[in-house]
Amino acid sequence: MSEQPSIFDILGPIMIGPSSSHTAGASRIGYVARQLLQDEPKKAIITLYNSFAKTHKGHGTDKAIIGGILGFGPDDEQIRDSHEIARKQGLEWEFKFRGDTARFHSNAARVKLVGKNGGTVEVVGASLGGGRITIQEIEGFSVDFHAQAHTLVIIANDVPGSIQHISGAIAEKGVNIASMFVSRNESLANMVIELDQSVEEATLKKISSFSWVKFVRLVEPMIQYSSRYEK
Amino acid sequence: MEFNLLSNIVEFCNTEKKNMAQAMLEYEMRNKHLSKEQVLDGLKRVLLVMEDSVEQGLTQIVMSPSGMLNNWAKTVYNAKTDTLGPALKKATARAIAVGEVNACMGKIAAAPTAGSAGIMPAVLVTMMEEHNIPREKILDGLLVSSAIGLIFAKNSSFAGSEAGCMGETGSAAAMGAAAIVYLLGGNNDQILEAVGFALKASMGLVCDPVGGLVEEPCTTRNAVGVANAFVSAQMALAGIKSLIPADEVIFATKEVGDLMSPRLKESAQGGLANTKTGREIQKRVFKPAS
Ligand code: SF4
Repeated sequence: MSEQPSIFDILGPIMIGPSSSHTAGASRIGYVARQLLQDEPKKAIITLYNSFAKTHKGHGTDKAIIGGILGFGPDDEQIRDSHEIARKQGLEWEFKFRGDTARFHSNAARVKLVGKNGGTVEVVGASLGGGRITIQEIEGFSVDFHAQAHTLVIIANDVPGSIQHISGAIAEKGVNIASMFVSRNESLANMVIELDQSVEEATLKKISSFSWVKFVRLVEPMIQYSSRYEK
Repeated sequence: MEFNLLSNIVEFCNTEKKNMAQAMLEYEMRNKHLSKEQVLDGLKRVLLVMEDSVEQGLTQIVMSPSGMLNNWAKTVYNAKTDTLGPALKKATARAIAVGEVNACMGKIAAAPTAGSAGIMPAVLVTMMEEHNIPREKILDGLLVSSAIGLIFAKNSSFAGSEAGCMGETGSAAAMGAAAIVYLLGGNNDQILEAVGFALKASMGLVCDPVGGLVEEPCTTRNAVGVANAFVSAQMALAGIKSLIPADEVIFATKEVGDLMSPRLKESAQGGLANTKTGREIQKRVFKPAS
């Protein structure tokens, strides 16, 4: 039996309107970018593609993405005022628009973030409808994950045995790997590892301590339902 | 636990001696490994968001960024003339309220989609007010409506881009009709009749949002969807039958959706979106990306 839909796929999601793809999904792309930066962002350069570029105003896509970058969930009413909040928090941002590019999904966005401590990250995500997203590119690597599981993103020199070392560090703490996706470009390898549980700080430290590892980030699944609806 | 047809759910109810709300509660608990309390808490959350969105649209200033919607819910709620008594007027206003809140970046519960999010809240709030139905029972109404949505999603589609607006406001009206019949003591057969009536009335409804925004005609279509739900439930509760069984009606919506031109399915290229005025509004709202 395949996975059956939940009644909360039908009665939900609870979200900030108006559009599950152009608003809720957009905010999640921003939120994933923030997690990949692992720092308080001070600058954001966002490129909206195709339908996102054309209809962002009416759908609040621009506010939703900034809201996500600030760490707001898709059901957080602060999304509506995200631009003012960002200004107060000292986040600078810039939007660019590319109307018709077949290279990207019809609802896609590129988010480039600079952190307060100087780190940067560049992510491309697409919104699939119903608030679901897929991350398609990280730091120039093609990837494909939905940010619905605990996901480790690693970029490392492509040395022999690297995958064993990393999976060893994860398994050591009893965490199961649900799936692993590896892509390579010249001398670097990118790994996207979906996990059944989250990993401890110690595991992340251990992986980053390998001399050939350049970038380790943990993307946690979005926690639905903020605020008083929790009660 | 798997249901693929409405008739599967009814059979399950008959063998297990359960009502439709209990069947859906069990479905969710078993498939998602949740306790009864967890499912009910989730439903309470959905109901709270629904009630809040109605309340906001009726009390706050809601003008959409595009300017297409402008505090219509309040206008309807306070109208001097009632076509059929205050209940219908208020139900109409509630559906519009949620549409306006959605367009203004407020918080809503998609049911089943954001575009059709006004129908279930308007139905449920109206049922509470007009029939004094307690909140716990309203949660059962939500469970019954989820049964209809589940089978509709499996055998047709909620996506305006696939099934047109019958997939959105049509399915929401059917979900609402089912909840009304259940809450007024109707049996499973009557619930299914109401679903049949509501979907037949929405058969072939195109998705043609002006400028691609979920505002015009979506908001007023939600209001009419509420009337559809109440009228369909009325017929079913009286005991008349939808000659075509609800499951077959759902398959028909799929066929009709497939036959519909892509121009009439959310692409904002046909129907109202393609009228002279629709195009003008689109130009005004979407000045070229700067
Ligand atoms: S017209 Fe289209 S966008 Fe509007 S409610 Fe209907 S299906 Fe949704």
